[in-house]
Amino acid sequence: MASEPNDNSLVNFTEKIGRGTIGAIETFGHWGVLVGESLYWLLRGPTLKQPVRANAVVFQMMEIGVRAIPIVALLSATIGIMLAIQGIHTLRTFGAESRVVVGISLSVVREFSALITGILVAGRSGSALAARLSTMQINQEIDALKVMGIDPVRYLVVPALLAMLIMLPSLTFLSDLVALYAAGLFVSVELGISQAAYWNQTIEILSLGDLWHGLGKSAIFALLITLIGIVNGASVTGGAEGVGKVTTRAVVQAISAIVVTDMLFAFVVTR
Amino acid sequence: MNTEFSADTPQEIPLAIEVTDLVTHYGTRQILNGIDFDVREGEIMVIMGGSGSGKSTLMRHLLSLEQATSGVKKLLGQDLSKLDIKGRTELSKKIGVAFQSGALFSSMTVGENIMLPLAEHTKLDQQTQQIMARMKLEVVDLAGFEDLMPSELSGGMIKRAAMARAIIMDPKILFCDEPSAGLDPVVASALDDLILKLRDAMRMSIVVVTHELDSAFKIADRITVLDRGDILACGTVDEIRNSPNERIQNILNRRTEEEILDGDEYLARLTGAEYEPEGAPPL
Repeated sequence: MASEPNDNSLVNFTEKIGRGTIGAIETFGHWGVLVGESLYWLLRGPTLKQPVRANAVVFQMMEIGVRAIPIVALLSATIGIMLAIQGIHTLRTFGAESRVVVGISLSVVREFSALITGILVAGRSGSALAARLSTMQINQEIDALKVMGIDPVRYLVVPALLAMLIMLPSLTFLSDLVALYAAGLFVSVELGISQAAYWNQTIEILSLGDLWHGLGKSAIFALLITLIGIVNGASVTGGAEGVGKVTTRAVVQAISAIVVTDMLFAFVVTR
Repeated sequence: MNTEFSADTPQEIPLAIEVTDLVTHYGTRQILNGIDFDVREGEIMVIMGGSGSGKSTLMRHLLSLEQATSGVKKLLGQDLSKLDIKGRTELSKKIGVAFQSGALFSSMTVGENIMLPLAEHTKLDQQTQQIMARMKLEVVDLAGFEDLMPSELSGGMIKRAAMARAIIMDPKILFCDEPSAGLDPVVASALDDLILKLRDAMRMSIVVVTHELDSAFKIADRITVLDRGDILACGTVDEIRNSPNERIQNILNRRTEEEILDGDEYLARLTGAEYEPEGAPPL
């Protein structure tokens, strides 16, 4: 019958949508369980004599945060200068280049610092988390933890989650300062404004709400990067090829989630 | 072999592991078909069987790494399905596992790997933990290797380090997954001797999953032979060796079962074509 291929493709298409929807619900469910279990171990761990180890959190903070400082600073300075160049170029059309500080300070603090730091940490630490967990899964290290009575969520997930929640906003704040400073250097050379005048204008323009806007977003990004890294790492199948696949998938998903969440956050909070 | 576990005298010895009517599935495929299994205190039980017989699955279920479809699993008298988090943690302190791959944490030194259960479950200071780790490393003949990373060890050394980690808490039950697989005969024999030493010195119940016949016959008090999710036989080494069961003899003599196959059926299987046996009723 002539209509059969069309019927089959419709069924296949519907099946794909159904599978995708179920997969998405499962993933969100998995995220919820991980957050719930993490809270459980944070609160109940000490009473069960299985606290989250502070040294594990500090180790993760070093890996995620401190070791990322040079690259975050470099990219932030670059973004700051780039915004200053484009801002001056655009505003010069209207003869309003002296107002460039408004654009730079608001876009850096509300948008660019959180976004660029989030993307950087997703590429650097989100992938490392997925690779580490998937390798441990393949090498039976997760099974070894379980049979030793060490809950993998308490031992592996909570330190990474806490460290990410502390370090990503901290790196974002650092990025704010470095980007603004680098932009200030360029602006003062290009427009002949003193550094003191530049910083006075910046402080005048920015409110505490602007700062929280960026830092709040970065905390959400931290949660997304960690959960995506862990869920992908734990779902590994196969050997080394599987590790490569989940690592790539974790980075792509985390960066996509950051950009989409950023837009949604801006839509909800700014309008 | 420990004669205490001959077929005639076992019943008064308490059970360390007791499994009743265990049914497990992997997806829709049934792996274990309602098996009954037990291990007595101070006994070395070897689980044997070919690939896909369900021996590794049985071990994963005994370690609570998988959820069973039905059945009862008791370790040291405790029903695994009724344990809460605290109960599971307490039980895990009495169990040691040496995985086939070793499963040493690659980011830690050998010493740190071995000390991990002590660091997590005891309040011993760092120095005492180090002393205990060195003692266990001496037991497995790896003294002086505590500062190396797992990547710097050979296959046999990794298995011995995994054994040291498994016994660091002086467990009552020790599980060993393919302890001598992939090792040269000398190292494999040394590991077998180590398992015997652990049973005699520490009175552990030891479950060994293996397909190495020489090793199984050397260390086992009893052997359980699994085949396609069923227990074919369970008995002492001599009972298994002298079993009249053809499938057991096939496993022991490494023979594959001959399959009587029709030529047309074989051709259909290769080509993926539909096969209709001769004399089959028309549809």
